Amino acid sequence: MPFLELDNLTKQYGHLYAVENVSLTVEQGEFISLLGPSGCGKTTTLQMIAGFVEATAGAIRLQGRDITHAPANSRGLGIVFQSYALFPHMTVAGNVSFGLEMQKVSKAERARRVDHALTLVHLDAYADRYPRELSGGQRQRVALARALVIQPPLLLLDEPLSNLDAKLREAMQFELRNIQQQVGTTTIMVTHDQAEAFSVSDRVVVMQSGKVMQIDTPYQVYEHPATDFISRFVGKTNMIPSAPGHPQRHIRPEKLRLVAAGSGRVNATVAERFFLGSQWFYHLTSDLGELTVTIPNDGSAPQAPGTVVGVQWDEANMRTLAEGRA
Amino acid sequence: MMAAAKKFSPVWLTLPSLALFLVMLMTPLTLTLLLSFNEYDNMKGAVGGFTLDHYWKVISDGFYLEIFWRTLKIGLLTTLICVVVGVPEAYILSRMNRPWRSLFLMIVLTPLLVSVVVRTFGWSMLLGFEGPINQLFVALGWGKSRLLYTEGAVIAALVHVMLPFMIIPVWTSLQKLDPQVEQAALSFGASRLTAITRVVLPQIMPGILSGGLIVFGLAASSFAIPGLLGGRRLKMVATTVYDQYLHELNWPMGASIAVILLLANLVVMLTCHRVVEGQYRRRLG
Repeated sequence: MPFLELDNLTKQYGHLYAVENVSLTVEQGEFISLLGPSGCGKTTTLQMIAGFVEATAGAIRLQGRDITHAPANSRGLGIVFQSYALFPHMTVAGNVSFGLEMQKVSKAERARRVDHALTLVHLDAYADRYPRELSGGQRQRVALARALVIQPPLLLLDEPLSNLDAKLREAMQFELRNIQQQVGTTTIMVTHDQAEAFSVSDRVVVMQSGKVMQIDTPYQVYEHPATDFISRFVGKTNMIPSAPGHPQRHIRPEKLRLVAAGSGRVNATVAERFFLGSQWFYHLTSDLGELTVTIPNDGSAPQAPGTVVGVQWDEANMRTLAEGRA
Repeated sequence: MMAAAKKFSPVWLTLPSLALFLVMLMTPLTLTLLLSFNEYDNMKGAVGGFTLDHYWKVISDGFYLEIFWRTLKIGLLTTLICVVVGVPEAYILSRMNRPWRSLFLMIVLTPLLVSVVVRTFGWSMLLGFEGPINQLFVALGWGKSRLLYTEGAVIAALVHVMLPFMIIPVWTSLQKLDPQVEQAALSFGASRLTAITRVVLPQIMPGILSGGLIVFGLAASSFAIPGLLGGRRLKMVATTVYDQYLHELNWPMGASIAVILLLANLVVMLTCHRVVEGQYRRRLG
């Protein structure tokens, strides 16, 4: 019996399918990301699991119990909202303690667990502050502590890092994963950021137009995307033209190498060059059309624009995708 | 030169409102304050000089104290009923969907669109001895009762017109609320009622307090409604001031009562303001 099961979950608004026949099984302790562009139905799916949106059809089963139509306040899930949704009139400790109060946990036990949860997110020194006195990252961690303190069977994260600046977001990704592995709570995160989904999840569910397109490990999604759309959504890609009637071929920019002119599979001219710090990013023009190539910055001199170079790759890294396969 | 002109331009810009404030508000208030210290002569009216007699009379005479007490009571009751009716109304209003919300907001505002005289005569027809409410009472077998010229009539009419002043600030603070915060309370196991009392209400408290202040201030100094629905015997402070000025022709006495009413209102407002500042500034900004 799977820990969490979404069985043909569907949400219909009039004639419009926000979520269409989404099925997913999650094992205990897994970290799953729902990944997709805005409007793909990932947030609606999460809200149906949380109980804020009523499913039109299908079922949600948690630990074997059908919770499809259970009220939100009976599900006992831990939720981190996109806006954090902290209670602004309560201190950090008050916020974290709220869920325990609702469960009628004794005062002494509450104090102990609040303290423990705040230590987990490194905010034990901030218990008496009010949310507006905290930075974005600190608020985010209060929201996480508040969700974890009730020891929920399932932790739901709705774009938890999208309101943080880039550097903090990266740091929080790893912290989020560490904390999740420490407490072992089964987690579902909604995100539109593929890097975020890849770095923290055990498996990624890629959604498009309300449907699940692929469920796989991050590595598989990146290396073997099921569709053209996924290939583009989770990273950059080069389309290599093939003979008419044959399927489209794709290769990722970092799988291409620059070699001396004439010794590669094709010759190309450097059109533009961008320095990204850890790597160089090239736009090339070749007989195969425009190519993008990323080369690790290993300290060697980069190619100047206008230079003719050879482009080499391993045929094993070439992917064949059915165009627009659904 | 230019820099200096720029620096002073905000001052110039405030001149119109400053002039209005000084001429239309500060001058009459100061004159009233000065008048309240004037001595009074039965034959000649205000005769100048300086005396605190009128103030002393107001705070020592049971007749005036009763009027102040009644005004305070009616003001507080009106405010209380406005809170009890207006806050849930604002909450429901904020939860309504698009076409309905603006329609119902208009309906909430309608009392303000009707002239106070028309509105108040409407109430006196409704509550009159032969009015529809008494006819209903007769039909139900309860017999007629005197509804007009009671405190109840004044409070009902005050609540009717004051409700928008309660609903609008509460509605505004509800608009500022993150809807996810209420969802968060539910997701942590709170019942609907607990979510409202523990999470929504504390956050809209500043709105309720400012609405309450407006309602109390307007109700305590209301004139037309108690004048028309309270009758001759049921006096409130503002109607008493009017009587002193125009019937008794005791202008200094009227001025003293007006000044005391102003001070009492100021004390209530400043106290509330202090509470709001102390309680909510740190938390809600």
